[in-house]
Amino acid sequence: MASFSIGELSIALYVLVLAVFIGFEVISKVPTMLHTPLMSGSNAISGIILLGALVVAFDNESLVASICSYIAIFFATINVVGGFLVTDRMLGMFRIKTKAGQR
Amino acid sequence: MNILSNELWSFNLEMAYLLAATLFFICLKLLSSPKTARLGNLLGALGMVLAVVVTFLQNKSGAMMPVSLSLVLGSVLGVYSANKVKMTAMPQMVAIFNGFGGVASVLVALAECWRFYFNQHLAPGSLFVVSSWFSIVVGAITFTGSMVAFLKLQELMSGRPILLRGQRIFTALLVLVTAVALFWLVRSPSDIEAFIWLAIIASVLGILLVLPIGGADMPVVISLLNSYSGLAAMAAGFVVKSNLLIIAGALVGASGVILTRLMCKAMNRSLMNVVFGAFGGADIVTSNDEEKPIKELMPLDAAMLLKSAGKVIVVPGYGLAVSQAQRNLREICDELKALGVHISYAIHPVAGRMPGHMNVLLAEANIPYDELFDLDQINTEFETADVAIIIGANDVVNPSARTDRNSPLFGMPILNADKARSVIVLKRGRGRGFAGIENPLFCGSNAGVVYGDAKQSLIKVSNALKEV
Repeated sequence: MASFSIGELSIALYVLVLAVFIGFEVISKVPTMLHTPLMSGSNAISGIILLGALVVAFDNESLVASICSYIAIFFATINVVGGFLVTDRMLGMFRIKTKAGQR
Repeated sequence: MNILSNELWSFNLEMAYLLAATLFFICLKLLSSPKTARLGNLLGALGMVLAVVVTFLQNKSGAMMPVSLSLVLGSVLGVYSANKVKMTAMPQMVAIFNGFGGVASVLVALAECWRFYFNQHLAPGSLFVVSSWFSIVVGAITFTGSMVAFLKLQELMSGRPILLRGQRIFTALLVLVTAVALFWLVRSPSDIEAFIWLAIIASVLGILLVLPIGGADMPVVISLLNSYSGLAAMAAGFVVKSNLLIIAGALVGASGVILTRLMCKAMNRSLMNVVFGAFGGADIVTSNDEEKPIKELMPLDAAMLLKSAGKVIVVPGYGLAVSQAQRNLREICDELKALGVHISYAIHPVAGRMPGHMNVLLAEANIPYDELFDLDQINTEFETADVAIIIGANDVVNPSARTDRNSPLFGMPILNADKARSVIVLKRGRGRGFAGIENPLFCGSNAGVVYGDAKQSLIKVSNALKEV
C-alpha cells in the first residue's frame, strides 16, 4: 500500500473540500441547545481513526507497527463506543413536556 | 476474470464506505432538531459499525486475536464511562475522548512510518511524509493538550493559568522545530527516529499550549481540541488512503471550528487572546473603592416576589449545577406554573463549561426544552419580565459589559437581566465571579440577593412558596 497516486490525491482533495463545505452547512444548523451532544457525537465520529488503525493492524509485517495499531484500536474504540453511547444518553433526556410522575 | 472480480470487490467495499459517510452526514443533519437528534446519533453509530465490519472484510494477514482483544477492552471501557459519567462532568469526558482520538492518530501514522522503515524497498512519497507529519503533530498536541484540559476540568490541577518564566519563548522554539522537522523528513522520509522525536516534541507542545489557559476559557479549548482530533483523523486518511477518514475528519474539524468561533464570540475574545492571553492570571484591579450597598433578601421575600409575578425568567449559571440544584429549581418552577406564572429560562452560551452544557444539565432535571431560550431569542423579553431570578450566574449578566469601557468584560454579549422589574440573585458568597470582576447588577435598586448555597436557598424559597 503506497501512498495516493496523483489522480487519487486530486480526488481525495475534492472529497476533502466538499466535506468541509457540507460540514459547515449542516453543522451551522444545529441549535445551541444541542451543542454538547453535537460535540460528543462528532467526537465519536472522529473515532473513525479506528478504521485507520484496523487497516494498519491487518496489513503489515512489523511487530512494532502491529503493537502501535493495537493500542490505537483500543483508544479509538473507547472514543467511538463511549462517544455514541453518551450522546444517546444525553439526547434521551431532552423532552418537550414533563410527564406526570417522572422523577 | 479474477482481476475484474477483485476490482468489483473493492468497488463494493468503497460503496459501503460511501454509505457510512452518508450516514455520518445524515447523523449531523438530524442533530438540527431535538426531535430527530437521537435517531441521527443512532444512524451515525450504524455508519461506524458498517465501516468497521467492512474493514474487517479486508483483513489480509493480520492477527485477529489482539485486534479483537483491543476492540473488546476499548468497548468495555467506553460503555462503562458513558454510563457512569455525570452530566456535570461531560466537558472532562469530551476532553479525554478527544485526547484518545488524538493519540490513536499519532499511533496510526507512526505505525505506517515504521512500515517504511521496516520494509526499505517501499519508498514513501512526499505526500505520505506531509500527511504523517500533520497527523503526528496535530494528534500529539490534541492528546497531551486534552489531558491537561481534563486535569484542569476535573480539578486535579489548578484551573488558574500557568505560565512559567520563558515558557512563551520555549513554546515558540518548539513550534519552529516542528516546522523545520517537516523539511527534514521530506528529505529523509525513512528516518523513523525523527518521526518519534516529532511525536515527543509535539506532545510537549500540547502541554505548553494548554497550561497557560485558565479554567474559564476551557469551553474554547475543548471545542478547539475537538476540531484538532478531527483534523488529525483527516490527515491520517491521507496516510492510509481512506476517503472515509478524510470525510469524517473534515466533518469533525468543521464542527469544532464552528463551536470554537461561537464560544469566542460569546466571551467577546479572539481565539488568539484565549490561546495566548493567560486570562484571569493577573489580578484585576477594581476601579471604584466606594461599594454600593447590596440589598439582602430573605427566602420569604423572594417567594413573595415570585408568587406575585406574571412572567419570570430564570437565568441559570454554573453555580446551579455545582450545587446540583436543577431538580429543586424545576420543582419551584412547577409550583409557579401551577399558580399561572409564565416561566422561561435564559441560557447564555457560556453558562456551562462547554457549548450547550447548561441545556443538558436542565434537560437532565426534566426541564422541557421548549422553555429554554438562548441569548438572541430572549434578551428583549427581560424588559417585560416581572422577575429575573439569577442562580449561580455572574459574569453573563454583568451590565458593565454593555456600559463600562474599562471593564474586562466590555463588549461581551450578556443577558439583560437588569432590565427586569425585579431581580433576585441567588449567590453563594459575597465574593466576585469566576473572572473576579465586580457586578453592578447586584447593587441595582431593583435587585436583591439571597446568600447561600444555591440548593439550600432554592429549598428555602420552595418551602416559603408553600407557606405564603
